Amino acid sequence: MKSGSRLERLLEAGEFVITGECGPPKGADADKVRKKAEFLDGFVDAVNITDNQTAIVRMSSIGASAIVAQQGLEPVMQMVCRDRNRISMQSDIFGAYALGIRNILCLSGDHQIFGNHPGAKNVYDIDSIQLIDMVRRMRDDGKVQCGDDIDGLPNMFIGAAANPFGDPFDFRVVRLAKKVAAGADFIQTQCIYNMDKFKTWMSQVVDRGLDKKVHILAGVTPLKSLGMARYMAKNVSGIEVPEALIKRVKGVPKDKRAQEGIKICIEQIQQLRETPGVHGIHLMAIEWEHRVAEIVKGAGLAPRPKVPAQT
Amino acid sequence: MIVGERKPIEEIETAIGGRKRVLLLGCRGCVTVCNSGGEKEVAVLATELRIAGQVNKKVREIYEASIERQCDFEYIEPIRDQIRRAEVVVSLACGAGVQHVAEVAAELDSPVQVVPGLNTTFLGAATEEGIWAERCQGCGNCVLEITGGICPIARCSKSLMNGPCGGSSEGKCEINPEVDCAWQLIYDRLARLAKLENIERVIPARDWSTSRDGGPRKRVREDLRR
Repeated sequence: MKSGSRLERLLEAGEFVITGECGPPKGADADKVRKKAEFLDGFVDAVNITDNQTAIVRMSSIGASAIVAQQGLEPVMQMVCRDRNRISMQSDIFGAYALGIRNILCLSGDHQIFGNHPGAKNVYDIDSIQLIDMVRRMRDDGKVQCGDDIDGLPNMFIGAAANPFGDPFDFRVVRLAKKVAAGADFIQTQCIYNMDKFKTWMSQVVDRGLDKKVHILAGVTPLKSLGMARYMAKNVSGIEVPEALIKRVKGVPKDKRAQEGIKICIEQIQQLRETPGVHGIHLMAIEWEHRVAEIVKGAGLAPRPKVPAQT
Repeated sequence: MIVGERKPIEEIETAIGGRKRVLLLGCRGCVTVCNSGGEKEVAVLATELRIAGQVNKKVREIYEASIERQCDFEYIEPIRDQIRRAEVVVSLACGAGVQHVAEVAAELDSPVQVVPGLNTTFLGAATEEGIWAERCQGCGNCVLEITGGICPIARCSKSLMNGPCGGSSEGKCEINPEVDCAWQLIYDRLARLAKLENIERVIPARDWSTSRDGGPRKRVREDLRR
């Protein structure tokens, strides 16, 4: 075991895992974090805590992760390269581990132009692949990036993102291979709506044998409304929503569209369970945490498995 | 070249303030090539200031001059007297030129203030007539041999060394559909050069000490020193 985290133990035991996602509040209220996380308790195996997503200032991922950990849920602390240099990142990784955080997701981060401080300076001292490499060396070699020894190892289970819908498509699997080579233990993908394209990408992943080296969790986000479907299709680069899906949401009465979104999500999960190489689901119910139980139950994935004893 | 952009007239007016004898100083280097701070632009600014002066009923004497390069003391020396006669100098050079002229002007017996007439925008190149684009960040450790002659530091919005990120869509960057994704360009170029293997390995974290992060930089060539 690299970290002994619940996520790692379940994946190593061959369980089909579910990770959820929680966006911390735009303020210092710990109860807001607890309330969101409560909805997920018992329905996911670990919960991602986003790091100032879309570059909007929120409670730190490390702070919210620690709160969630105290609640008995397992956090996956997200860390983006936008706001911190290598000194700060490594220091925060030590602090996070000391607070009981065992999973980290290494990301580039949304550009600050999308957020509420577009005039901020960005950092990008290192990129997401270099971050993965740095965390792996901290854990496996006991060295910080400069080569100095570490006193008290941060044994993190290391995650990375993959977007099968970004361009250039043929390079996407290569980029995944680079993340695996850098030391990623698990991958969470961008939300999938174009199932055919995802399956094409997955077959490339399997052809390269990458599914044997890294656990791939397929990203899903339930569509709450027609507006959301259209917004995702048009405004979020790197997300593809097929026209047929938009039509399907549009085809039901307005008050039934949320339910239809959940139905679609459950169908997607079922398809993904049957896709070779997929080891779990990353369920991003954005500001819809209270519907997670329904989705997980609907997909026949509740109750969640017990954590196997550490070997 | 260093690309600059003229400051708005209001900002230049404010910087001049109540001072009466104004020297507008152009530079025949980069900013002439990018049509922002050469002789022609000095003449345009002079006209704008004269019109503004008439409107605001300000009595002002505006003098125009341009020199070969403001980033070389050798060329500033001959216009020392012109600087001395002014109450304020508006330099239309890049930031380096403004600072060089300011250094000379501040050391005069009665010091003269130098204010910038341009915003220095980037190190770039003309992509077509009237369009300049950023190409270099002067990071002090060139990687263009790996990336097929396209700079990820200057041209990727996140300066990623192992890109493209998930925001690359149809050749464009997530920040703006007008901005090309540098990593799509790199990928296409390397594919053309049959060198895609260059970006298939993990490129390690950079040492930024050669960049501005290492503090202000200086280069010494002993063989050229007198």
